[in-house]
Amino acid sequence: MLQISALLLLLFVILSLAALCLGAIHIAFSDVVRAIVSALSGKTPASEEELILFSVRLPRILFAGIVGASLSLGGVVFQALLRNPLADPYVLGISGGSALGAIIGIVLGASSFYLGVPFLAFSGALITVFLVFIVAGGPRGVLLDNSLLLAGVVVNSFFSAAILFALSIVNSMELHSISFWLMGDLSRVALKEIAVAALCLVACFAILYMQARKLNLMVQGEETALQLGVNVRATKYVLLIVTSLITSVVVSLAGIIGFVGIMVPHMMRLVFGSDHRLLMPAAALFGASFLVVADTLARIVITPAELPVGVITALCGAPYFIFLMRRKGRD
Amino acid sequence: MSILYAQNISFRYTNKPVITDVSFALDEARIVAVIGPNGSGKTTLLKILNATLFPNTGQMFIESRDTQHWSRQEIARTVAIVPQESPAIFSFFAEEIVLMGRFPHLSSWAFEDKKDYRIAREAMAKTDSLPFARCRFNELSAGERQRVLIARALAQEPKILLLDESTVFLDLKHQSQFLSLLRELNREQHLTVIFVTHDVNLAAQNADQILLLYNGKKYAIGTPADVLTARNIKEVYDVDVGIDQNPYNGSTRVTLLT
Repeated sequence: MLQISALLLLLFVILSLAALCLGAIHIAFSDVVRAIVSALSGKTPASEEELILFSVRLPRILFAGIVGASLSLGGVVFQALLRNPLADPYVLGISGGSALGAIIGIVLGASSFYLGVPFLAFSGALITVFLVFIVAGGPRGVLLDNSLLLAGVVVNSFFSAAILFALSIVNSMELHSISFWLMGDLSRVALKEIAVAALCLVACFAILYMQARKLNLMVQGEETALQLGVNVRATKYVLLIVTSLITSVVVSLAGIIGFVGIMVPHMMRLVFGSDHRLLMPAAALFGASFLVVADTLARIVITPAELPVGVITALCGAPYFIFLMRRKGRD
Repeated sequence: MSILYAQNISFRYTNKPVITDVSFALDEARIVAVIGPNGSGKTTLLKILNATLFPNTGQMFIESRDTQHWSRQEIARTVAIVPQESPAIFSFFAEEIVLMGRFPHLSSWAFEDKKDYRIAREAMAKTDSLPFARCRFNELSAGERQRVLIARALAQEPKILLLDESTVFLDLKHQSQFLSLLRELNREQHLTVIFVTHDVNLAAQNADQILLLYNGKKYAIGTPADVLTARNIKEVYDVDVGIDQNPYNGSTRVTLLT
């Protein structure tokens, strides 16, 4: 497990270095390395290139990594909990609910309270979780495969409409652009917020990782997990709350970025199997790399303009989703 | 002292009563068959025995303690169940599935150690499932999956083993192997075995006691010879049978007369 994690971490570092070179202004790899060495030796960045590297590209790459890791982790947990490889916070509408919560918070002026907006984003995520469970719940709380995805579709389109509605009636500068909330955008984040997201990721990962072995049992079916000694109900609540938290923090800072949470865990499962003790770190690290690449593409394909990163993830994610659905139908 | 004791237990799913006022006491180290027609409450009774479900009225005791007062891990260390089928949505290796049986014995974030691997491998050897330890569980045949699930239950090192139609997918060789394994564990480790089956002759040959359920009620409990009478079977299953002794082992034999 440690070797695989180390390899994936190495992959992330290499891709990040490459991402540092690329952009509207190309910076040679040797210059990037020189700049990093001089920064590590304590010199303050002086040249224009160094400024671009350290105050624009590096924070953004780190943020992309954190967001990618968080979304992938959320996908892993939701897929296990619902025993459905098509589930993730985006497809189930939880990202949408979180965004709506955040927007309502901003419109109502919650940003003047400490943690007001993140709290409302978190509430939006939690409410959506319960909403989706109620809509999709069959007899005796059994979740039916298709009804879950349908519930997600319904909830998602409702939230998109509500978000557009809120944005068109308030037109506040604080709400950024529409694309930020609907397609995700990693360019407008402050260092302090990156630190919050990083802290949240580390804490949530630690809590989720402690449940990894229980998750292995939960995917065998809740009854089986119960019979093998898992306190299913308590575990489920912990997982749902922590995953909602991680999702809402990411959404309130980066907007809604879809499909990362489906593609990354699925690829990792194909390669490494389903043991969550390996799957969790692998998906988090690979998700980080994946979003760094996606965001770099978003920065460079139409230079000097930029795409929202969600455009890239949806362009590769949606076909992948269809491929997964067809495969699942065949099995 | 009885290891399992049901005191007037009743259970209903919303409006449908499934188990009605059932009482019995089972001694340690017995092999007990639970039989009865479809919908007579056999599987539900198993789920009450291992505290997957709790009776709406009455009390279920394991080792004289109400199942309500056991922690999940304690129950899983004492009672193991082999389910009819296990859904396999995400792929795990057969060995990983068996190792899951060690969960109740480990503290919550420990990895399995050498001892756990040894116990899992021994359980797989006993059920002849070692050859596919490194195969994907969802790619195995139904019978092979069942042997893996039996191994998982053995890896729990339970005192009570519950079997829900666990021989249906096994071929003759593995059926006989499994039955002699059960008798061996019963004899040497005082394992209590409770198995649900539709095969009355399997019950007659292998059980010390038979519990016959009918419409969620206890119709009869006793030795195979006591319970498997033509009258009881006519009453409960509505079929005519002939009863005699199996010339090979002297157990009660039931033959359908149609």
